[in-house]
Amino acid sequence: MSEEPKVDRLIDARNTFCPGPLMELIRAIREAKVGEIIGVLSSDTGSKRDIPLWVSKTGHKLIGIYEKKGYAEIVVQKMR
Amino acid sequence: MTERLSIIVFSGTVDKLYPVSILASGAVAMGMDVDIFLTFWGLNAFFKDNIKTNTRMSKDFEDMAPLVMQVMKEKNVPSWYDTLKRAKELGKVRIHACSMTLDLLDIKKESLDDIVDDIMGVGEFIETARDSKITLFI
Repeated sequence: MSEEPKVDRLIDARNTFCPGPLMELIRAIREAKVGEIIGVLSSDTGSKRDIPLWVSKTGHKLIGIYEKKGYAEIVVQKMR
Repeated sequence: MTERLSIIVFSGTVDKLYPVSILASGAVAMGMDVDIFLTFWGLNAFFKDNIKTNTRMSKDFEDMAPLVMQVMKEKNVPSWYDTLKRAKELGKVRIHACSMTLDLLDIKKESLDDIVDDIMGVGEFIETARDSKITLFI
C-alpha cells in the first residue's frame, strides 16, 4: 500500500474486542473537527469489515487499512 | 425516522446478557435506536445490588462457565453492564422494565439499577416493537 497518511488523532484500541474499536472510533469522530484524520489501531478481526461499512454508511472517508504485526491501522477522515 | 432494534430480554444469565449489550452497541454504532424490554429473569439481572456481581450462566453450558470467565478476565473484556452503559452513552438506548414482573414480585423501581429508564406495560412495548426493523427475544 502507498505511504501512510499523517493522522490528527490516534486511538489505540488494540486488545479490545468487537465492537470496541468501532465504538472508540465513533466517539473520536464526534469529538473531531471536519477534515481531521483519525487512525484506529485494532487487533480485532471484525473491525476491518465493520469500520469501512460504518464509514460508508455515515458519509465519512476510509483512507486505508494498513496491516501491521498482529494488528491493523484503520485510517478514517471525518467528512461532515 | 431512525430505524430501531427492539430486544426482549427474558434471560438473566451472563452468557445471554453479553449478546444483548453487544447487539445494542452494534445497532447504536450503525445509527439505530434501541429499545430493551426487561422481563422475568432479564429484569432480575438489573437490580442495583446484583447487576455487577451476577455470574450466572445458562445451565446447559454451566461446565464451561469458569473457563469463559477466566478468558474474559485475562483478555480484559468489559462486562456486559459496562458495554451496555457505553452503548447508552453513544446513542439512544432505552431500557424498560416489564410492569407485570414488577407487580408480580413486588419490585420497586428504586431497587433497579439507574440504567433502567422506565416501567412499561407489554402493550406499549409491542407498539414500540411494531415499528422496529429488528426485534429479538433473548
